[in-house]
Amino acid sequence: MRMDTDLPKAMSKRTQTVLRKWLTLMGPFLGLFAVILFFAVITGQPEKFLSPFNIRIILSQTVIVAICAIGMTLVIISGGIDLSVGSAIALASVATALCVNGGIDPILAVLVGMLVGGLVGFVNGAVISGLRVVPFIATLGMLGIARGAAKWIAHQQPVDAVPTWIDGLVVNFPEPSWLILAPGIWLAIALAVLMAVVLRKTVFGRRVFAVGSNEAAARACGISTNRLKIWIYGVAGLFFGLAGVMEMSRLRQGDPTVAVGTELDVIAAVVIGGGSLNGGQGTIVGSIVGALIMSFLRNGCQQMGWANYIQEIIIGAIIIAAVAFDQIRLRRS
Amino acid sequence: MPILELREVTKRFGQTIALQSVDLSLETGRVHALIGENGAGKSTMMNIVSGAIRPDSGSMTLRQSPYSPTDTQDARRKGIALIHQELSLAPHLTVTENILLGNEMSRFGWIDRKASEQSAIDALNNFDHPDIRPKMVVGRLSTAARQVVEICRVLASGAKIILMDEPTSSLQRDDVRRLFKVIRKLKSDGITIVYISHFLEEVRELADDFTILRDGKNIVSGQIADVTDEFIISKMVGRSVEKIFPKRDRPPEGAEVALGVRGLSAPPLLKDATFELRSGEILGIAGLIGAGRTAMVRALFGIDEPASGEVLVRGTAVSARGGNPTFRLLQGIGYVSEDRKDEGLALDLSIADNVTITRFDSCSRMGWLNLGEQNMQSEKLMAELAVKASSALQTVRTLSGGNQQKVAIARLLHQRADVLLLDEPTRGIDIGSKTKIYEAIASLADQGKAILMISSYLPELFGMCDRLAVMTRGRLSPTRPIEKWTPELVLNAAISAAHNEALADANGY
Repeated sequence: MRMDTDLPKAMSKRTQTVLRKWLTLMGPFLGLFAVILFFAVITGQPEKFLSPFNIRIILSQTVIVAICAIGMTLVIISGGIDLSVGSAIALASVATALCVNGGIDPILAVLVGMLVGGLVGFVNGAVISGLRVVPFIATLGMLGIARGAAKWIAHQQPVDAVPTWIDGLVVNFPEPSWLILAPGIWLAIALAVLMAVVLRKTVFGRRVFAVGSNEAAARACGISTNRLKIWIYGVAGLFFGLAGVMEMSRLRQGDPTVAVGTELDVIAAVVIGGGSLNGGQGTIVGSIVGALIMSFLRNGCQQMGWANYIQEIIIGAIIIAAVAFDQIRLRRS
Repeated sequence: MPILELREVTKRFGQTIALQSVDLSLETGRVHALIGENGAGKSTMMNIVSGAIRPDSGSMTLRQSPYSPTDTQDARRKGIALIHQELSLAPHLTVTENILLGNEMSRFGWIDRKASEQSAIDALNNFDHPDIRPKMVVGRLSTAARQVVEICRVLASGAKIILMDEPTSSLQRDDVRRLFKVIRKLKSDGITIVYISHFLEEVRELADDFTILRDGKNIVSGQIADVTDEFIISKMVGRSVEKIFPKRDRPPEGAEVALGVRGLSAPPLLKDATFELRSGEILGIAGLIGAGRTAMVRALFGIDEPASGEVLVRGTAVSARGGNPTFRLLQGIGYVSEDRKDEGLALDLSIADNVTITRFDSCSRMGWLNLGEQNMQSEKLMAELAVKASSALQTVRTLSGGNQQKVAIARLLHQRADVLLLDEPTRGIDIGSKTKIYEAIASLADQGKAILMISSYLPELFGMCDRLAVMTRGRLSPTRPIEKWTPELVLNAAISAAHNEALADANGY
């Protein structure tokens, strides 16, 4: 009875909510579209900027940040932060190179690389939940520890890896050519889809949101937030480890000094994509688009022959603009 | 046969004894009221029963077998669940997800959406709340609706004993009715309820049995029908309360207008407010939660930007727009927010810092604080308001709610404001502290301060105020002397006008 009279009002309200949801979701896409459009016009050679050749280059350049962004999205939704990403990448890349050179099967070497990242994340999670160190500090400490460990096991110099199929993971022109995109890119896409579904449809995924949204509530509902956080940082670490493998594949060596500051790019990607550092908010798709926005920007600036410092200023401004835009949107609603 | 029994349960936190050899006996299908001032040990007891903390000694038996929950999850499995005083929902998740949080229905880790939604609907059906839909995001719901979701969560977990800690503190009258209906239904379904409330009316209406705690000890238990309110109050405070509200002379006619407000509006919550506040008087603002009372003081104080209106301070009229808290403070206006924890106080700072924060220049020279002076000034005010604390250096977070509120009032005293805007000054604090706060407010009025007091608690408005106005859907009624009002008139103004406007809205007016 009551439903009937409420229906028209409810419908309009629901349409509004749906609309708002779409806008939130489409925000990063609109940003990406704007960036692409801007450079297509300003370079005066849209056919060059948007050529399959250039797009492949951009995607290959994005793959490492994008894979990390998947893991970082998890961490940021849970209300945490991970500053040790770059160091974890370096450590994983060195570990993978050492394994390959040690004659271990490449597939196992890749797994070792991922597990090294996972271990770094596991320790982060354990320190955060067990020793009650805030994520910023715990992972800041790990930033130093993992970097040092990478230099240690690499004897302070890049480890050249013997050629294996790993080297072909993120090349611009994959073999066989019917793949169109490098296998690493396909892997990143598959993992992004997988994690997006996991976040939406599994108990684990919803609990990640719950702990970021209201940790006290999650604990009061009997969720072991400590164990959950260890899982979150551990799983995120697996992604950072995989990114380390990609880094090794790209450079054909395990370089302990690589990926310094990558964590900031990754955090920026998640934030541009709608993630909130207060937790409870963020999407995988948004984060990936955020990573793409930065890559297209960098590439566009290079095409224009703009200096590196211009790129840095623009990207910095975009990070602030994305969050400011989000705040305005929140205030409106 | 009692379903749950506590025997000689004791719990210490460091030096303080929170519970000392306390007993409790719950009967199946009855509502048991747990009564006591803040700090009496009610929450500690509830936390022990719900498995959040463990007792130091003593025993508990659940259905005749020993009961010692390892954590809240364990207690929930055994059918005991606590509904928190502070709402514990995840604002970013949906109603369904919140109801099943920690108890998700899943197959191999994948959430079973259909079954989840069905069980959320089953729980929601206990309530007359068709506006709460399972897929809604909780952050967009009203406080009352969130409370309903929280209760649904406990129902969905299959609890047999439900502990409710101040469940009505954030609810409007209508929602309190609905909640009572639900509690009665739960009772008839054989569910046992422990009910903590500061409102004796509620306890009397709802409870079958009661236990009074004071200073961590059992004072008396029995059936609520056998005792009077006076008896309960005297046992709670340990002394007989002759009169809760201080006697006070009416301010003289024609006292100076300390604050005038004309046509203040800040849509959508505040549409039109006009009133005059005279020195030495207490003006009460009644109304339902969400009617726009808080919006009014916030716009007045310049926290939210008003759309239009005039504000007169000591005879000088200025546009209400462009006012900000710094300016209002300089004009001698003080404000205590209803949201003590988030807006009223800096919880991690000391009492001294909180008290002197709006007038640091009183205890500093060239920007350097004189800490001795600061402490002295604070301790003087603490003594005046009987703040229970070890010293002025104690962190505000560690104080009880009543003492925190006293610190907030002490800040206004220190600020030497002439006009005090008090939003729900006694919400959620015990009777002993309330009395102290009433005394402080009355003595401030006697000193010639002009006081605006927002409250949802009618006896308090009638006991304290000289004049009263009612806020209804953003519009403030004309102010009338308190003796021209009756509780029925106030409620009528608050509710029936709301009803009329709702009709007008529905007709597209």
